[in-house]
Amino acid sequence: MAAKAGTKKIKEITENKMEPAKLGILLFIAAEMMFFAGLISAFLVFRFSPAPWPPEGQPRLPIAVTAVNTALLILSAFTFYKALELLRKGKKGMYLLLLVTTFLLGIQFLIIQGNEWMKMVQFGLSIHANPYGGFFYGLVGLHGIHVFGGVLALLWVLVRSLMGAYNAQKNLGVDICRTYWFFVVGLWPILFGLIYL
Amino acid sequence: MSQGHHQGFWTKYIFSTDHKMVARQFLLLALGMAVFGGFYAFLIRWQMAFPNQPAPFFGPVTPDKYNVIITMHGTIMLFFVGMPLLNAFPSNFLVPLMIGARDMAFPRLNMASFWMTVVAAILLMSSFFVPGGPAAAGWTGYAPLSASSEYTGVKIGAVLWLLSLAFVFISSSLGGINYLVTVVTMRAKGMSYSRIPLTVWFLLAAAFTFFLAAGPVLAGAFMLLMDNVFGTGFFLPFKGGEPLLWQHLFWFFGHPEVYVLFFPTLGFCLDIIAVFARKPIFGKKLIIGSTIAAIALSFVVWAHHMFVTGMNPTLVTPFAITTILISVPFAIIYVCMFMSLKGGSIRLEPPMIWVLGFLATFLVGGLTGIFLGAAGADIYLHATYFVIAHFHYTFFPSVFFGGYAAINYWYPKMFGRMLNKTAAILHFVLTFIFFNCTFWPLFIVGMGGMVRRIADPSFYPQFAIFSHLNVFATISAMCLISSQTIFLWNFFYSMKNGKKAELNPYESNTLEWLAQSPPPHGNWGPKLPVVTGDPYEYSQPGEASDWKSQSSYKGDAIHG
Ligand SMILES: [Cu+2]
Repeated sequence: MAAKAGTKKIKEITENKMEPAKLGILLFIAAEMMFFAGLISAFLVFRFSPAPWPPEGQPRLPIAVTAVNTALLILSAFTFYKALELLRKGKKGMYLLLLVTTFLLGIQFLIIQGNEWMKMVQFGLSIHANPYGGFFYGLVGLHGIHVFGGVLALLWVLVRSLMGAYNAQKNLGVDICRTYWFFVVGLWPILFGLIYL
Repeated sequence: MSQGHHQGFWTKYIFSTDHKMVARQFLLLALGMAVFGGFYAFLIRWQMAFPNQPAPFFGPVTPDKYNVIITMHGTIMLFFVGMPLLNAFPSNFLVPLMIGARDMAFPRLNMASFWMTVVAAILLMSSFFVPGGPAAAGWTGYAPLSASSEYTGVKIGAVLWLLSLAFVFISSSLGGINYLVTVVTMRAKGMSYSRIPLTVWFLLAAAFTFFLAAGPVLAGAFMLLMDNVFGTGFFLPFKGGEPLLWQHLFWFFGHPEVYVLFFPTLGFCLDIIAVFARKPIFGKKLIIGSTIAAIALSFVVWAHHMFVTGMNPTLVTPFAITTILISVPFAIIYVCMFMSLKGGSIRLEPPMIWVLGFLATFLVGGLTGIFLGAAGADIYLHATYFVIAHFHYTFFPSVFFGGYAAINYWYPKMFGRMLNKTAAILHFVLTFIFFNCTFWPLFIVGMGGMVRRIADPSFYPQFAIFSHLNVFATISAMCLISSQTIFLWNFFYSMKNGKKAELNPYESNTLEWLAQSPPPHGNWGPKLPVVTGDPYEYSQPGEASDWKSQSSYKGDAIHG
C-alpha cells in the first residue's frame, strides 16, 4: 500500500521530530487521566460531604493486604523501568528476566485484588445499598480492568521479545507498553489512599 | 512507488483505511442521521403548533413519545450529525492533504473509530425496538430521571443510550488523538507550525478540547450506567446520591462540546474568506491566541447551565463572570473576520455565501448568549423557549451553515466535479430565510414566558396567545427541512453528472488543491510536496497573479 510505503518502508523527508506511537500513547493517557479525574472528583464530593463516610454498618476495607499489594505493584514499575534500560544497553538476558518479573507481579496484583473483592462481597459490602459500595466496586474494578489491559500488553511484548523482535536500538513497543504501565501503576496509590485510608 | 495496486470492494469501500474514504463514510453517516434528526425536529414543532393532532407519517405525539423524540433529536443532531460533519469528516479529509501527508498517523485506528461510531448509531437506533422504548430523559440525561426506570419507564433504552454515547465519545477521542499525532509528526518539509492553514488549527483545537472534556462525562456515564444496571444510587437522592453531580459532570463536558462544534466552522470560514476575498487573514496570531484563551476558559464556565438548579449562590457570580469573559476572545475572532473581509475583492461563490450567512446568523446566537450568561436574566429565561432559540442560533449556523460551506468548498476536491451553482444558491437562500423564520419567533415566545420541555402546550391556557407564532415557526421549520432536499439532490446528482472540476477551481493557496481531484490513494506522487510559503499570500504587492500556492509541487508525476 502506498500509504504504508510512505510512512514505513521509505523514509520520506518531513518535518517529523517525534515518534507517532509515543505521542499517541501520551495523549491517550492524558484522556484517561481526565476520565479518572472525573471519577475521583465525584468520589470527593461524597467523601467530604457532611454525611458520615463510610456510612453506618458497612464492612471495613482490607487495608493491610492491599498496602502490601500496592507495594508490589510499585515494585513492578521499577522492574519494568530497569528492564528497558538493560535492553538499551544490550543485556537481553537480564531484560527478559525483569520483564517476566514485571508480568508476574502484574498478575499477582490482579489475583490478590480479585480475592479481596470476593471477600468484600461475602462480608456484605453491597453495590446497591448506597454509593459507598458503588465507588469501591466501580473504581477498584475500573482500575483492575486497566491493569488487566496492561498485563495483556505485557504478555504481547513478552511473546514478541522471545521471538527476538526487540534489541538495543529497536524497542519502541517495549517503550510504549512501559509508558502505559507507569500510568496504571501511578494511578493506584492515589485510588488506594482515597478509597481505603 | 506503485499506485497501481488493486483494492477489493471490501477494503476500498467498507473497511477502508484511506483517510479520504473514511471521511466520505463519516459524511454519509452524518447526512443519513440528519434525516432522522430532522424528522424528530418536525415532530417536535408539529406538536407545539398543532397539539395532539396526528402528525403526518407518525400519528399523535403523546407525552411519552414526545420525551423520546426530544431526547433522540438532541442526541442525534449533536453526536451523530454535528460531530461527524464538523469534526470527523473534515479532519479526516483535510488534515493529511493540507499538511502534505499521505494518510493519517494511525490509519487502522482511523477505520476503527468510524466503525465504533456506526456501532454507536446502531445501539441508539436499536433502542426503538426494545421493551420500554428509547431513552426519554432529554439529550442532557438529567438525573434522577435518567438514573432509574421508575421515572420514565425506560430501562433497556437508557442503558443503550449510555453505551451508544460511550462508543461515540471513545471513538471521537481516538480520532482526535489521531489528528493531533498526524499534524505533529507527518507535516511535509517546510510546513512549519506558522504555515499550517487555520482550518487545520481549528480542527486540532476542537479535537484537543474534545478529548480533555470527554473524560469526566464518560466517568459520569459510567456511574449512570452503574445506577441503571446495578442500582448503585450515585445520582439517586433516596440512596444518598447526588443528582446535581451528574449536571456538573455533564456540563463540564457540555460547554467545551459547544466549541468542539464551533471551532471547525471558524476554521472553514477563515480559509474561505481568504480565498474569496483574495486577502491575507487579518490578525492570524491574534486569532490563534484568542482560541487558546477560549479553550482554557471553556473549562471554567460550565455552571452557567445550572443557575436555576439551586446550586450554591456564591458560586453563581464567578461562573457568570467567566461566561461574560469568554465572549471576549470570540469577539476578537469575529472582528478579525470582518477586518479580513474589509476592502477585499469579494467573489460571491456558494462557499462564501454560506460563510456570510454564518456570520450574520451566528452573531444573533452569540449575543443572546450574554443574556443567559448573566445569572439575573437567566433565572427568568432559562426554562423558556428563549434558550431553544438561542442555542439553535448557535448550533444551526455552526453545524449546517459551516458544514454546507465546507461541503460546497471542498466538493470539487472530494469528487472531482462541481456542484450545480444555481441549486447551491437557491438552497442557501431558502435555508437562510426559513431558518430565521423558524427560530426568530421562538425568542419572542420565550421572552413572553412560554416554557420549554412541555409535551402539550394546550394544557396551559396562558400559552394560547403564542399559538399564531408557534404555527408560523412550525410551517417555516417544515419549509426549512424540505429545502434540504435541494442540497441532497445536488450532492448526489453532481457526483456523477456535475461539471468536471479543475485541480484548483478557486485559485487557492493551500496544499490540498495541488493533489488530483479526487486525490489518489497515498495523495501525492513519488515525492511529497515541499512547502515554501504561507497559506494566505493573496494579492501581494509586486506579484503577477493575486495568489501564490504554498508549494511549487506539480502533480504531473501522479498516476492514480
Ligand atoms: Cu455553556
